[in-house]
Amino acid sequence: MTAELVLQILLTVAVALVGVGLFGALSQQSIVMVMMGLELVLNGVLLAGGAAWYFLAPELPDAQVLVVVALVVMAVEMAMGFAVTVAIYRARQVDMVDMATDLRG
Amino acid sequence: MLTELSGWAITAVAVLGVLSVAAGIAVFVVDSMARATFALLASFLAVAGVLLALDLVYLAVVTALMMTIEMAIMAVFMIMFMMNPAGLMPMTMVHNAKASAVMGAGAFVVLAVGIWTIDWPTRNPPRPADSTRQLGEAIMGSHMLVMLVIGIALFATILAGTILATARGRYDRLGPGLDATHPDDPVPGGLPR
Repeated sequence: MTAELVLQILLTVAVALVGVGLFGALSQQSIVMVMMGLELVLNGVLLAGGAAWYFLAPELPDAQVLVVVALVVMAVEMAMGFAVTVAIYRARQVDMVDMATDLRG
Repeated sequence: MLTELSGWAITAVAVLGVLSVAAGIAVFVVDSMARATFALLASFLAVAGVLLALDLVYLAVVTALMMTIEMAIMAVFMIMFMMNPAGLMPMTMVHNAKASAVMGAGAFVVLAVGIWTIDWPTRNPPRPADSTRQLGEAIMGSHMLVMLVIGIALFATILAGTILATARGRYDRLGPGLDATHPDDPVPGGLPR
C-alpha cells in the first residue's frame, strides 16, 4: 500500500469524523450533545493534522503546532460551553437549544 | 515517494480509523448519554492511537490524557443536565435531523472528493529524529507567538468561566430580564430600581 493511499484513507477518516460531528452539532437539541458534536469535528482536525505532518511535511513543525492549537480549542470550547450551560440553566432553567432562541433572526 | 508506514502501523491505523468513526457515529445513536460520552472517549482514544502510529508520541499522549479527563467531566455534566442519563427508555432529542444529515454528508462528500482528486505531492522530506523535540523547539522558538496567544486565550477562558459561573452579578439582582419588582439582595437595603 503506497503512502499516498494511506494518507488519503486517513484524511477520509478525518472528514468522516468532521461530517458526523457536523450532523450532531446541527441536529442535537441538548446543549451538551451539541458540544459533543463540535468535539468530534475537532477530533477530525487532530487526525488530519497528524496525517499531514507525517506524510507531507515532517521536517516542519507547523502541522504539530496546528494539532496543539486544536487541542487548546477543544479545552476552551469545553470550559466555556459548560460555563454558558450552567449560567443559562441557572438563569432560566434552559437545557435545550430550542429553549434559547432570543437571537433568532 | 512519500514516507512509507510499516506493516503493523498500517494495520493499527486501519483498525483505529474504523473504530474512531464507528465510535463517533455511536455517540449520536445510543440512548444513554453516559454511553454517548464514553463512545466519544473511544473515538478520541482511537485517534490518539493513530497519532502514536504516526510517530507523534507527545501529541498522542496529550490527546489521550486530556480527553480521558475531559470526558469524565463531561459525563458528570451529562448526568446533571440530561433527562435520560442512564438510557432506561429509548428517546431521541433531535431537531431538523434530515437537513442536518444532508449537511453532514455533504461536507463529507465535498471534502472526500477533494482528498481523492488532489494530486498529492510526492517528495521524500527528511524526518526529525524526535517529533517531540521538534514541537518543543518550535513553540519555544519560531512559533512562540502561537504559544503566547494560547496562553492569553486560556487565561481569558479562566476569567470568563469564573464570571459566568458566579451565581450573581450586580445586574442580576432584578432577575435575568431586569423586571423584578424587588431586588433579590442577600441583605435588605441598597439601591432600589
